[in-house]
Amino acid sequence: MTFPILSVIVFTPIVAGVFILLFPAERKTEVRVTALAAATFALLLSIWVYISYDVNAAGYQFQEAYNWLPTLGIGYHVGVDGMSTPLVLLTGVVMFTGVLISWGIEDRPREFFAFLFILASGVFGVFVALDLFQLFFFYEIAVFPMFLLIAIWGWIKTREYAAMKLTLYLFIGSVVSLVGALAMYWVAYQNTGVLTFDMLQLEQANFSEQFQIIWFLPVFLGFAVLGGIWPFHNWSPDGHVAAPTAVSMFHAGVLMKLGAFAALRVGIMLLPKGAEYWSWLIMAFAGIAVVYGAFIAFMQDDMKYMIGFSSVSHMGLVMLGMSTLNQNGLTGAGVQMFSHGIMTALFFAVTGMIYDRAHTRQISELGGMAKIMPFATIGFIIGGLVSMGMPGFSGFVAEFPIFMGVWQVQPWVAIVASISIVITAAYIMRNIRDVFFRPMPENLEGHITDVTVLDKVAIATVVILMIAIGLFPSVMVPMVQSGVENILRLLGGV
Amino acid sequence: MDFINNYLLSLILFLPALVALVIFFLPSGEQKLIRWTALIGSMIPFALTLVLWFSFNSNIEGFQFEEQYTWYEAINSTLHLGVDGLSLTMVLLTTFLTPLAILASFGITDRVKAYMMLFLFLEMGMLGVFMSLDLLIFFVFWEIGLVPMYFLINQWGSANRDYASLKFMIYTMGGSLGLLLAVQLLGVSFGTYDLPQLYELWPGAQTLANIPITWLDVPTIKTIAFWAFVIAFAVKVPLWPFHTWLPDAHTEAPTAGSMILAGVLLKLGAYGFLRLILPLYPEQAQVYAGALAFLATAAIVFGAFAAYGQTDFKRLVAYSSVNHMGFVVLGIAAAAAAYGSNNEIWKASYPLALNGAILQMFNHGLSAAGMFFLVGVIYERTHTRDLSKFGGLFPLVPVYGGILIFTSMASLGLPGLNGFISEFLVVRGSWPILTVYTAISMLGLLFTGAYILKGIKSVLHGPMNEHWAQGEHKLTEINFREIIVMAPLMVLILWIGVWPAWILDVINKAVVSLF
Repeated sequence: MTFPILSVIVFTPIVAGVFILLFPAERKTEVRVTALAAATFALLLSIWVYISYDVNAAGYQFQEAYNWLPTLGIGYHVGVDGMSTPLVLLTGVVMFTGVLISWGIEDRPREFFAFLFILASGVFGVFVALDLFQLFFFYEIAVFPMFLLIAIWGWIKTREYAAMKLTLYLFIGSVVSLVGALAMYWVAYQNTGVLTFDMLQLEQANFSEQFQIIWFLPVFLGFAVLGGIWPFHNWSPDGHVAAPTAVSMFHAGVLMKLGAFAALRVGIMLLPKGAEYWSWLIMAFAGIAVVYGAFIAFMQDDMKYMIGFSSVSHMGLVMLGMSTLNQNGLTGAGVQMFSHGIMTALFFAVTGMIYDRAHTRQISELGGMAKIMPFATIGFIIGGLVSMGMPGFSGFVAEFPIFMGVWQVQPWVAIVASISIVITAAYIMRNIRDVFFRPMPENLEGHITDVTVLDKVAIATVVILMIAIGLFPSVMVPMVQSGVENILRLLGGV
Repeated sequence: MDFINNYLLSLILFLPALVALVIFFLPSGEQKLIRWTALIGSMIPFALTLVLWFSFNSNIEGFQFEEQYTWYEAINSTLHLGVDGLSLTMVLLTTFLTPLAILASFGITDRVKAYMMLFLFLEMGMLGVFMSLDLLIFFVFWEIGLVPMYFLINQWGSANRDYASLKFMIYTMGGSLGLLLAVQLLGVSFGTYDLPQLYELWPGAQTLANIPITWLDVPTIKTIAFWAFVIAFAVKVPLWPFHTWLPDAHTEAPTAGSMILAGVLLKLGAYGFLRLILPLYPEQAQVYAGALAFLATAAIVFGAFAAYGQTDFKRLVAYSSVNHMGFVVLGIAAAAAAYGSNNEIWKASYPLALNGAILQMFNHGLSAAGMFFLVGVIYERTHTRDLSKFGGLFPLVPVYGGILIFTSMASLGLPGLNGFISEFLVVRGSWPILTVYTAISMLGLLFTGAYILKGIKSVLHGPMNEHWAQGEHKLTEINFREIIVMAPLMVLILWIGVWPAWILDVINKAVVSLF
């Protein structure tokens, strides 16, 4: 029997989380060290998966399948393809960096890390799930701790409102999707006589075109709510703002990808005819999200709101890429999920570092951070360049094929969406200039200290990834392409 | 030696970045060490460029020293490098000016490490544009150069730097947006970004594969794409009316930043016209050559008037760039108009205009860098650039005055110095093709003389401003390091003015086979 590496990755965080809960509450250092050890372990395993993934072999790799409730056709089936492998790595990176920058949390770190790790397990679980029921199971596991993490450790002014809003949005979305999933389950049973939630079998279930057209929108949009698609994005900036730093990182960095990924895996891959039918609508929503998100971000004074809306804009690009249903667009979407994940995690990490010291996130009240925290400044600038789609960084590698894909379908949308690039440049550059380079306001003078060594490690980790992908697209793109081929096969050959 | 010959272009291209990385690991306190590392590091690419220059065979048409590496396989873009006479001239200009600009920045004491690193990355970005034979790589380097320049202006600039740097960034990025979309259009249509292939495919293309545009015919799409390219490059050149970022950016940038901005960065735009627009859009360029000539003439005339109207020394020099770069575009417009013509006079004239345009790019690089440096020298001592605050400084600083007059005369186009050769070639080549515009431009030349003499007069002549004559404000003479910066520029200015054949030989072959 081979080493069940995916299962180990999925359950490492949750086991570590339970283990952490057994510690006495006042042993904070031990809690942190244990958390870091678990996160490092998960990161190393996800790097291992990433490196040993065979790009030339088609299909799902590292598969494990066990029966769980055979009478209902529910199993435990995990495996990764070229789309999900980068996302597993992304989760590992965000978990690792999230623990590093949460080192200073003094308010019940034990419970904080435990919930954070349950969340992480849920995220890993969704990315590797090949069973629809299991996917929902982990999906809810990922969403539920968010409520507690935001409501307990969040920003005191809006945390209860934001936590409730977020949870309601996401639960309603997932319930809508769940209905669609159950419809697929029953219709597949009628078509094939097999009760199964296994997605590899559902792919072969011969859903009629009419069925696919009816159910695609609920399934896709239900998940896409978590992906922050316009007009259902409203929960997301509020949630980002209210969440504590590590949770914002997880939220924007990974959780939004969860929505986009599930929408792709369940919506597009299981209902390809529906996707073809409705792709114009998804493209319209996504195109609006890209431009509208950028404009709204431009208007924000709160750094976290700015990043939150920029996430709406960038996740719009992911959806835009998916809606093209062609090789370029889907490849770009896959890379953009990773690129946006690390970029936005970096943004929230640095914003958190600033907030911890200055106790404000208002751009108009900040200034002069570059002199005190040069390392974080460089990190934020590089993140900004990624966000602007500057060549040489991962954002360009991701966005360029997306735009190429859109050209192949709707040239006008590419032209309109490109406006967001200039708007993004404007708000990012303004933010960098105001927060980091103009003279520091007097009331902050003397209160700001440099970031810690752990923070620097976290920043360096993501910055290296952004530059590596930007300079050498081949470290990630061929892998994503191998996953895209599978999707294209489903789109073309059902 | 084989290694160097085989990888000459990539060595020249990436060595600056390598030196920047070395500097990154030097201690920030060791300013002297950092400066010298940057200077010596930037002289290696220059030395290699000399090797390139002498092993370049100017009798062969087409690109030489080609290298091709996989870069972004998924969308078929490769790191394809190569030079012809046009690129080679620009590479020489870049690697020649960068060490001088770094030497000129030895006075910088604030965050020397970051400054020098940005400068070297800037050099890499510019070299990449000049060397790339892949449309996407061209765009990549085109954009990469923006970032270091933005931060050089924003961090080391003078009072109004925030405004100027953001304006520079947004103008250039906004201008490049159309270029980005047009690049994608080409890439999606033909499945490749390789320029030599696109030269074959795009001008004659009757249909666009993969692009579902039905409501516009292909010639219209091409015209739109043509203008998208033109605007991106026109912002950079800059052509009237896209030039308004330039005076701000130049004025606020640190001295060495202005040197590179005027010396090399503006050439990127003109280079784009020559490398991309003429070969890719010969027909559209011919149709709209009149419009280009109009904009160029406007730049020449308005640039000269605007320069005359300035009271700020640096702004005066900045507007002179608009004026001089106008001649480059005038030459390009003449060549565009002559495309496919059967008129024997036109066919004989347009190579002259193009030769002149390219030589003018090189010459303006030398004289503008020199002028900005000289403005910086006096600004460093007086902390003002206001022309009315100077006056009669010649007796105080005779050496500086001599150098200033020499460089100004090159800018003015005095026969015997380099500016005359290139402007004469442009005017001579454009005259039969675009007679009216050329005639108006020559009137513009008159005002070039006027504003340059005004600048010299306000600084050096007239009644001496006693403020600078003695006491704590006593003006000091140009120092040895500064003379070392100016000396190579002056030598080249004179050399090209007296004997231009060595450089025109290289340029000419590229011009004939350009499109």
